[in-house]
Amino acid sequence: MRAAIPMLSIAAAMLCGCGEKAQTADASSRKVDEPAWTVSNAAEPAFNAAGWKSSGDKAAWEQQIRQRGQAQNDYAR
Amino acid sequence: MARMKFICDAERCIECNGCVTACKAENNVPWGVNRRRVVTLDDGVAGEKSISVACMHCSDAPCMAVCPVNCFYRTDEGVVLHDKDVCIGCGYCSYACPFGAPQFPSNGEFGLRGKMDKCTFCAGGPEVNGSEAENAKYGRNRLSEGKLPACAEMCSTKALLGGDGDVVAEIFRTRVLNRGKGSEVWGWGTAYGKPVQTSSAGTNGVVKK
Repeated sequence: MRAAIPMLSIAAAMLCGCGEKAQTADASSRKVDEPAWTVSNAAEPAFNAAGWKSSGDKAAWEQQIRQRGQAQNDYAR
Repeated sequence: MARMKFICDAERCIECNGCVTACKAENNVPWGVNRRRVVTLDDGVAGEKSISVACMHCSDAPCMAVCPVNCFYRTDEGVVLHDKDVCIGCGYCSYACPFGAPQFPSNGEFGLRGKMDKCTFCAGGPEVNGSEAENAKYGRNRLSEGKLPACAEMCSTKALLGGDGDVVAEIFRTRVLNRGKGSEVWGWGTAYGKPVQTSSAGTNGVVKK
């Protein structure tokens, strides 16, 4: 019995090597991206647009992007 | 919901390559890769035009369709991004893209053809927003900082517009309606002023005003 456990472990490890990942199009291991408006702890707040702070609110973020876009409008200055 | 788009105004682009430089600097784009390029049409011919070209973040992106490992995805804002950890550098996307957006660094993980790199609309990638890992692989995530792509915001003549599709389309429309067409936009009259239109000319060819 004592000798069987290592043997089983080795056999299991070797069998794992024979395994194959699915290669179909929907089997991608692509990571899931988080939306742009979410608050990220990894982000440096100093890089945020002047006078704007990410609140995790989608509507507020969209409003900021629209407002920022108007800075490109010569006829609105 | 915002749908992120670029528009380049050929009447305004002066081929300064400021957008290219801004992109490379902001995203630490490697040698051999230009996420954005300025293309000149009818180069050397009177009336030549330049436009700034990068990934157009197609609504029905051919790069997504041909990718054999499904590394592309589209965000809720319509930005086409990809996961470099999944990309195998096959180059199919490069052949499929009509804009030449997918680029391959020459010093990547696979020798002469590295993992694909392209414009991210300054939206980073699938790593945590604003993280070091995201910055190293994809560059800056300006969208999550409440900003627009560096190329568009740095454009000195505002030829390159980027942002919510409805907003930039309205800006462009207003611009076109205001500036008119023909010689008002480009030509002798723009450079030196319009000729004085009078009904009666004075003696010695002097035009009375």
